[in-house]
Amino acid sequence: MLKSYIIVHWEGKIRYIDMKYRKSMFLRLPLFLGFMLFSVLLTARAQAQAPKVPAVKLAHLQKYLNSTADTTYIINFWATWCKPCIEELPHFEAVQQQSKGKPVKVILVSMDFVKDLDKRVVPFVTRNKLKSIVFLLDEPDQNAWIDIVDPSWSGAIPATLFINNARKQRLFLEKPMTLAQLQQHLTSTLSKTP
Amino acid sequence: MRKPYYFLLILSVLTLLGTSAYRTAEGGYQVGDTATDFKLKNVNGQMVSLRDQKEAKGFIVTFTCNTCPYSKLYEDRLVQLHQKYAPKGYPVIAINPNDVTISPGDSYAQMQKRAKDKNFPFVYLHDETQEVAKRYGATRTPHIYLLTRNGQDLKVSYIGAIDDNSGDPEKVQKRYVETALDHLLTGKPVPQTSTKAIGCTIKWRNNS
Repeated sequence: MLKSYIIVHWEGKIRYIDMKYRKSMFLRLPLFLGFMLFSVLLTARAQAQAPKVPAVKLAHLQKYLNSTADTTYIINFWATWCKPCIEELPHFEAVQQQSKGKPVKVILVSMDFVKDLDKRVVPFVTRNKLKSIVFLLDEPDQNAWIDIVDPSWSGAIPATLFINNARKQRLFLEKPMTLAQLQQHLTSTLSKTP
Repeated sequence: MRKPYYFLLILSVLTLLGTSAYRTAEGGYQVGDTATDFKLKNVNGQMVSLRDQKEAKGFIVTFTCNTCPYSKLYEDRLVQLHQKYAPKGYPVIAINPNDVTISPGDSYAQMQKRAKDKNFPFVYLHDETQEVAKRYGATRTPHIYLLTRNGQDLKVSYIGAIDDNSGDPEKVQKRYVETALDHLLTGKPVPQTSTKAIGCTIKWRNNS
């Protein structure tokens, strides 16, 4: 019953279009083209809104490790497959939001494999609406750079480095933190005069 | 008059720094240390200790688990290591130290299932009390401790990763464990005795 109604309805509409087609062609064509342009622009905009998670090399991370600016970088090493890491990510996001206007930058360094970037990391960042800086460190020979981050790091994640070279502050933790612990470590870093 | 106080202050700060540095270094074995034996339950129900395996020249002690993606990526490579080096006297001894309450996928029953599914040719032991992992100083999975028999003792000859590319076995450049074993088997010193790699943190029991 429903199906036949739709067909009748459509047939009616098609007949209507047929009748009016000649008269309104000059009006419809630009409208149609305009609609096409609009939809193309809309998809382009949606793509631009998808977060960009760049895959970077060690030199990019070292820019933050060696920065002499009076900024406290909270560099967290995580991965989409690491449960304790994902559980503490909201704390880092909260601290970044609370530190607006302060020289504090949260940097989330993904340890996922680069082949999982589009499949896992970007969807994760989109879904959780992460606002901190996120990049994927594409350096498979981990033994070559783990000591550069901190010699005491065995390689287990989550791991977090608080670093402010201007204030000669540096704290490395190879364990997850509560929000309160994270805030406390940040306060003690900022309390030291440069 | 104030100078001695400064001296004392500096001395106490140095002592504090020294002890904290010492403490981290002391947490677990270093290369060259003598490793102690253990007795843990294998997936076949039998208790296994290193002392029982008299024909072995040493052991590829591997802290690993069912649940960590990095551990899973190395399962096939662990099987290959065992097949290549067990006949030469170095069997793989896999130990799962993860706490079952935090990581239910690492229960003894799940270990038995994994060993069966993957047809592990090596023992897969349950470190239920996490005492062995703590004593060895393991922090992540997978984490390798290469032990060599030296008379009655077992000497730690290498600590670290299996190779330099966990994600892609095809792209491995440096086979750390194999290189160490090949040197040990020919009586040469191990060229690289410790390496680091990203891994899953061991799921420690909450009260510890």
